[in-house]
Amino acid sequence: MARWRPDIGDAEATPEGLWLRRRDFLKLGAAGALSLAWPERPAAGEPVGATLPVTKREALAGGEAPTPWEDVTSYNNFYELGTDKADPAARAGTLRPRPWTVTIDGEVKKPLTLDVDALIKRFPLEERVYRMRCVEAWSMVIPWVGFPLGDLLRQVEPTSRARFVAFQTLLDPAQLPGQRRAVIDWPYVEGLRIDEATHPLTLLAVGLHGRVLPGQNGAPLRLVVPWKYGFKGVKSIVRITLTERQPPTSWSRLAPSEYGFYGNVNPAVDHPRWSQARERRIGEFLKRKTLPFNGYPEVASLYAGLDPRSLY
Amino acid sequence: MAIGAARSRWIGAAGWGAALAPLALLAADAAAHRLGANPIEAVLNRLGFWTLTFLALSLAPTPLQRWTGLAWPLRLRRRLGVAAFAYAALHLSWYLGVDQFFDLEVVVADVVKRPFITVGFAALLVLLPLAVTSTDGWVRRLGFARWKALHRLAYAAALLGVVHFAWRVKADRLKPTLFAVVIGVLLLARLGPGPRRAQAGRGSP
Repeated sequence: MARWRPDIGDAEATPEGLWLRRRDFLKLGAAGALSLAWPERPAAGEPVGATLPVTKREALAGGEAPTPWEDVTSYNNFYELGTDKADPAARAGTLRPRPWTVTIDGEVKKPLTLDVDALIKRFPLEERVYRMRCVEAWSMVIPWVGFPLGDLLRQVEPTSRARFVAFQTLLDPAQLPGQRRAVIDWPYVEGLRIDEATHPLTLLAVGLHGRVLPGQNGAPLRLVVPWKYGFKGVKSIVRITLTERQPPTSWSRLAPSEYGFYGNVNPAVDHPRWSQARERRIGEFLKRKTLPFNGYPEVASLYAGLDPRSLY
Repeated sequence: MAIGAARSRWIGAAGWGAALAPLALLAADAAAHRLGANPIEAVLNRLGFWTLTFLALSLAPTPLQRWTGLAWPLRLRRRLGVAAFAYAALHLSWYLGVDQFFDLEVVVADVVKRPFITVGFAALLVLLPLAVTSTDGWVRRLGFARWKALHRLAYAAALLGVVHFAWRVKADRLKPTLFAVVIGVLLLARLGPGPRRAQAGRGSP
């Protein structure tokens, strides 16, 4: 290949120090351009916090790899710690998840008020890898650590009148400063039918990725119902009350036309303002199809005879 | 008037600089992986935010002149308006080409069925003729009076933009409310007594 040869080389015309720096500069520029063209995430933040002893592991997300710790703990809807997705991780320091008292009462023969660690010690901890589908049409795969809510409910012996289970998040604006603004009628409340609550998939989670639950994910104790939209997964629970009547739930109270009691994932029933047919899995570029019951068809029998359109 | 011309050029350059700064910041954040777990959504939201911000900024020079007599910001109005259109066009392109990845079936359904998307789309359509006629040539061709009347459509675009934002959020309406208040004040300030002409008789369009 013919090359134009200058009479005087770059190295001669330019002081060596500058000449070398020019190379560095070009390399830096090329690296910058490449990183812009292919934004590859840096090594994800490693999980932090105490490791939890797990006796059993079940992968129930179709063999999909879990969403990295970094994403699960930095992109959260927990309005009590701020309404932007990054707020809860930035502000979780105000939440003190230990010591923490939990009360289980209402239509039960053996009501309980006890420390959260005493509660957790009553059950062997399991890891369950579940899909998590947010009502905002994004989703994750999360390895939760916890125990089935049904195991706890059996211990408190529901009465024959117990038909629903109501959950309540901590009300304390000092720990949850988002409660100083009435974005939602605080405290956050949620509810399940008792057969939903005792379904083996329904979990009380105390950790994720093998570690103790961080504040932004609802420490120290939160609900996980994998076939329902994420807003059903009430965080930082202080009270579980069994009731005869259907309890109020925060989002359906705020916008009854947009959120019902059930919140079952259903690609055929749109949110009034956006489609629920597809979702973006965090970490993926293309949207994927949303699965009925978020890919847990075994729960369909709970709703036999009910119009799925009434289960939003 | 060499000093005047230099000052005018300087103001113009500063206007373009201000218009490009958010885009540069966005590129820097993307390169440094500061857009979080859902970067596609983060970019979409930021482009929308800057559309509304530049729309509000483009509405500010007129009341500013009325209140303070300050005339030089009037020279930036067209640049700020063009910037608002550019961010709106990027916002729509990102939604269309990246967020939905050219799934036209979904996009058409969204525009028809989802009122907040319908309104946002309408806002962009309103801005389009304003961007096209933003040149000096078009001011001359239309005549200043007609050009000015046409460009009052910016008021409609700003209001549609705020409605688009307000109808999209789930519960926390703080940010759309702030935009509504700012834009509302800037529009209401146009009513009432005429401009103060003490310092600058005629602002450039």
